[in-house]
Amino acid sequence: MGVVHGEEMVLNIGPQHPATHGVLRLQVRTDGEVVSKITPYMGYLHRCFEKHCENVTYEQVIPFTDRCDYLASMSMNFGYVVAMERLMDIKVNERVEYIRIIMAELQRIASHLLCTGVFGLDLGAFTPFLWALRDRERILDLFELTCGARLLYNYMWVGGLSHDLPVGFVESTFKFLDYFEPKIDELENILAHNKILVERSADIGVMPKDIAISYGVTGPNLRASGVKWDLRKDDPYSIYDRFEFDVPIGQGLKGTVGDCWDRFYVRILEIRESVKIVRQALASIPKDGDVHQSLPKKIRPPKGSVYARTETPRGDLGYYIESDGSPIPYRLKMRSPAFTALSVLDEIGGGWLLSDVLAILGSLDIVLGEIDR
Amino acid sequence: MTVDYIFEGLNQMFSGFTGNEIFLIIAILLPCVGCFIFIALYGLVAIYAELKVSSFIHDKTGPMGQGVGLHAGKWGLLQPVADAIKLILKEDIIPSSADRPLYILAPFIIFIGAFVSFVAIPFGEKVIVADMNIGIFYILGIGSLAVIAIILAGWSSNNKWALYGGMRSAAQIVSYEIPAGISLVVVIMLTSSLSMQEIIGYQSGGMFGWILFDNPFMPIAFVIYFISALAETNRTPFDLPESESELVAGFVTEYSGMRYAFFFLSEYANMFVVSAVAVTAFLGGWQSPFPNFLNTSGWSVFWMMSKISLLIFVMIWIRFTVPRLRVDQLMHLCWKVFIPIGLFNVFGVAIWIIVRG
Repeated sequence: MGVVHGEEMVLNIGPQHPATHGVLRLQVRTDGEVVSKITPYMGYLHRCFEKHCENVTYEQVIPFTDRCDYLASMSMNFGYVVAMERLMDIKVNERVEYIRIIMAELQRIASHLLCTGVFGLDLGAFTPFLWALRDRERILDLFELTCGARLLYNYMWVGGLSHDLPVGFVESTFKFLDYFEPKIDELENILAHNKILVERSADIGVMPKDIAISYGVTGPNLRASGVKWDLRKDDPYSIYDRFEFDVPIGQGLKGTVGDCWDRFYVRILEIRESVKIVRQALASIPKDGDVHQSLPKKIRPPKGSVYARTETPRGDLGYYIESDGSPIPYRLKMRSPAFTALSVLDEIGGGWLLSDVLAILGSLDIVLGEIDR
Repeated sequence: MTVDYIFEGLNQMFSGFTGNEIFLIIAILLPCVGCFIFIALYGLVAIYAELKVSSFIHDKTGPMGQGVGLHAGKWGLLQPVADAIKLILKEDIIPSSADRPLYILAPFIIFIGAFVSFVAIPFGEKVIVADMNIGIFYILGIGSLAVIAIILAGWSSNNKWALYGGMRSAAQIVSYEIPAGISLVVVIMLTSSLSMQEIIGYQSGGMFGWILFDNPFMPIAFVIYFISALAETNRTPFDLPESESELVAGFVTEYSGMRYAFFFLSEYANMFVVSAVAVTAFLGGWQSPFPNFLNTSGWSVFWMMSKISLLIFVMIWIRFTVPRLRVDQLMHLCWKVFIPIGLFNVFGVAIWIIVRG
């Protein structure tokens, strides 16, 4: 950017910094405001979850999955139960499948709301953040209505759910969606088409298709780079193949395909798609069906291993579970989508100004709980 | 002005001691104390306004002071008082590796810069501490004092974030002085005076006598001045020196307690000063917007305060609506947009004055 080169300075962003979304340390080499190298140091939130899982029974793993990606606990639960049910060959009834999809999509909306809000906050716009949180609260209210918890749900169990939907849930969710849809436009208007935000995020931190694929970036970050890849469509699990929805991809409307603006805008489009899915699922949810019907008496999967992947708000979440026939997992490994998103940061963030690096970090939507586990 | 009145009044009251220098000192000190109290009270009101206006924009209630026990009064009216008490009672930390004298000096300098500007702000025909013949020039000059304090604060804190904040601020404030100055130059060209009172005197006769509507170039000058004023006072979208999501807190990162409160207070005082200059130069100062309607000297303070409050409200409104610019975009806006337009404006107004006589 500049032709004048001065002495380089090493700057530690974090672990306590308002823009690192948790406890992440970015060691950046800066020349004035220009950043030449970014080295992320993580592990400040490492809680040995994968090791813990080797010492507890399969049911007791679910709360640990909650605490990994604490902004999308439902989706983390969902991935684990999908993997376990594949390993144990359990078929759950229709009502459970529908409820799971409703919860996962509501969770996706909540997570994307937080992400877009925080992205605005990273760029200095305070109001959209609070608007997004206000609407997220309503989703958390729905979750609270269902399972009593607002953040860490422990809601999806292997072979079922902890609770059935409460009375009036379908109506209140419809009511929420009616309220929420105009609010998406509001959020989009104040953020996405704001001249200053476009200046700050278009053409910044461009992640080309090939880099995204070679780093294994998934989810909205990959789709923003123009790759139409969504496990809900391309490798359908649960009953996602029954719903009609689009997979939005980045089109470079304001700049280049795969820039910060695209990554941010894809999330807003995904919120709209999730609303569509929730509406369809609510409309066709079966009235009867016991959510505890297929719960196994004790979870003792046969010897063997399974790898199942699901689409969380942050991307392709994989669970590898190795069973030795005992009630305790022999090995459990998570493939974290945010981890790959963080590892691409140096590749796409070098050479930009300090403010841009934080914008890029915000647009990647990382959750440190999931990266460090 | 006020100093003269007080001095004469004292002389008349105690006619036996006429010409005593103590009277002069008292006459100078009284308005200063008045200004100080005014800034402190205004600071409390401004904090409350910021809390409440932001709450309306954010779709929340803000401080409401509900519940039993110690709380912030009806509608949270006591919230700024609680904030002030908290800041006074907080431990005053000076980092061991800080440059101690400079670190201590910085909050005083920034406050002096904001405080001294109040001297030249007219609130009425006779309500002005000092009606200098170079009033507007004086305010512009004194206003630049803030940048020294910010650089001192940034440098002496011995903190990389503070240093970034200080350096950004230096570049920003020095740059934006130019468009602000250029847009005030056209006002001076019209009124052929640098005195605040004479500029206001030029705009008599209601709203359409205001310099803002004087000729087609003036709205442009007003917009440039207002945006530059935002940049000079480090308000969003130009709050890069203390951008909390990038630089933690910028140049005030290491400050706490009362020293921090001085930075905070001078930001609000600066907002007041730049709004007062904008009102004086473009919006008719202390005169009523309607000819012969409440246009007495008693109402002048009311009109001045309401116009300033309106501009401060707009500043708060902008702060909670738009994101922050990047440092190079900030410079681009200043040097490649505002200064050329501002210079064109000067040219245009000069021709206008010649043609219209």
